[in-house]
Amino acid sequence: MELSDLYRQVILDHNKSPRNFGRLVPADAEADGYNPLCGDRLHVSLRLAEDRVPELRFDGSGCAISVASASLMSEAVAGHTRAEIESLSQQVIQMLTQTSFTPKRDLGKLMALAGVHEFPARVKCASLCWHTLLAALAQAHATVSTE
Amino acid sequence: MSLPATTARHEYLDGAGRLRAERVRADFPILARQINGRPLTYLDSGASAQQPTQVLEAVSYYATHQHANVHRGVHTLSQLATSAFEGARESVRAYINARSTREIIFVRGTTEAINLVAASYGRGAVGPGDEVLISQLEHHANIVPWQLLCAERGARLIALPLTSEGQVDPEEFRRHLNARTRMVALAHVSNVLGTVLPVQELIGIAHQHGVPVLLDGAQAIAHEAIDVQALGCDFYAFSGHKMYAPTGIGVLYGREALLRAMPPWQTGGDMILTVSIAGSTWNELPYKFEAGTPNISGAIGMAAAFDYIRAVGRAAIAAHEHELAAHANELLQRIPGLKLIGTAPGKAAVISFTLAGVHPHDIGTILDHEGVAIRTGHHCAMPLMDYLGLPATARASFACYNTHADVEALERALQRVREVFG
Repeated sequence: MELSDLYRQVILDHNKSPRNFGRLVPADAEADGYNPLCGDRLHVSLRLAEDRVPELRFDGSGCAISVASASLMSEAVAGHTRAEIESLSQQVIQMLTQTSFTPKRDLGKLMALAGVHEFPARVKCASLCWHTLLAALAQAHATVSTE
Repeated sequence: MSLPATTARHEYLDGAGRLRAERVRADFPILARQINGRPLTYLDSGASAQQPTQVLEAVSYYATHQHANVHRGVHTLSQLATSAFEGARESVRAYINARSTREIIFVRGTTEAINLVAASYGRGAVGPGDEVLISQLEHHANIVPWQLLCAERGARLIALPLTSEGQVDPEEFRRHLNARTRMVALAHVSNVLGTVLPVQELIGIAHQHGVPVLLDGAQAIAHEAIDVQALGCDFYAFSGHKMYAPTGIGVLYGREALLRAMPPWQTGGDMILTVSIAGSTWNELPYKFEAGTPNISGAIGMAAAFDYIRAVGRAAIAAHEHELAAHANELLQRIPGLKLIGTAPGKAAVISFTLAGVHPHDIGTILDHEGVAIRTGHHCAMPLMDYLGLPATARASFACYNTHADVEALERALQRVREVFG
């Protein structure tokens, strides 16, 4: 277990310059995520066109892992259908939580989050945005918790 | 077993009366272990302190030689357990200089002690339109019980603002007391800022207004001299695990006159005198507030921890911790972008800080990787974090077993954080 497994260059880069940071007003769906353990707060807003998500933005305050995960997520989901996003979210959450995980498809840059699994205290930091995204998709306004 | 006091003192102090931290350290087996392949640097005693062999052995001796339920059987073990448990109560009484063991109530910890006072004393004393006064720096344990009480009674919870150094100003405190104030509840020492509140002065002012004061002593008990009579406080709450004793044991000290007038809180066995279906009568103090089988071994561990602090020397421990904090303050200033949070003069050896561009959780993970354990987050003090405008801080807290090498390890690990994050 090396620090460089957790703080990969991609993670550090997305933390320093988060992509799609901000809020869509109005949004077609949005949700708040909160991690009571560390106080990370995250807001995810997205536009829906037919069944696709052309754009997603996030804002909030959190550690490098939670910011980078949300930033990577915002890039990864853009342009995809709801079903694709839900499946991708499940894949990422499994990657974060399962010991021997083989992705069903190439997760691309999101593989940078694979090392988080080795740091159990940080799994929730990385998964918060994905749970929040799923909540946003499930309903227009919701608050989810990782606890 | 009964070495002359002078021999015992010399064991832990050098010729100049300074603490021999390496000798103290040898009493704490857990400190010898490695974390992530590196020697453990434990700087999270403010959350929970480690236990010395003396405490572990006292607890083990009780379990292997004396255990039975207390205050019940006529058999030998029950008598031994009762006598050890009540001996622990006397030990606590002596350490905090309470007038009587009737004023020493064993609870699970500080949180339960405050809940007891809010529920039992609070319900009788606080009514619609009344006020309960706390400060902005309180731990959630000294906020939420009062919040619920105020909501239930139609009263108002008022939080005193702080000075820029993170201190409570006595004049500000005086201005916040009024004819509706029914209760004051304050930390003795802040768990985030390390501020030592001017509690004696504040208690004096509150008493001029006839308002009783509860002190949350969780962060003070292992570090400050606690004399409840000299302080004049009405209630004092603390936890064993912050003072080198096991978890799950704590103490509520209360002035006997107040405790006598208060109704029971939790009810059941041990706290009753008689029970019939038509009604019950209550046991005398302190048992009226100790329903059910207590944490007997925890109380014995706590007494052993007080013995330990006494043997090492509380004043020498305090001087040592302040030296470490001063050293840490000096080294930490060298880290680019590091900001100390809480700068009140005379503060305890609790150092909160932020690092520009790095979230405290990332600091915590990298430090852990270097074997350095600190606390990160909101420290169960979210109103204080909001007040400071910070989502979280990193916190290093020191205890008797920490050394200057620990301070240096902290600095090295923080330099590592700068390397990773640039």
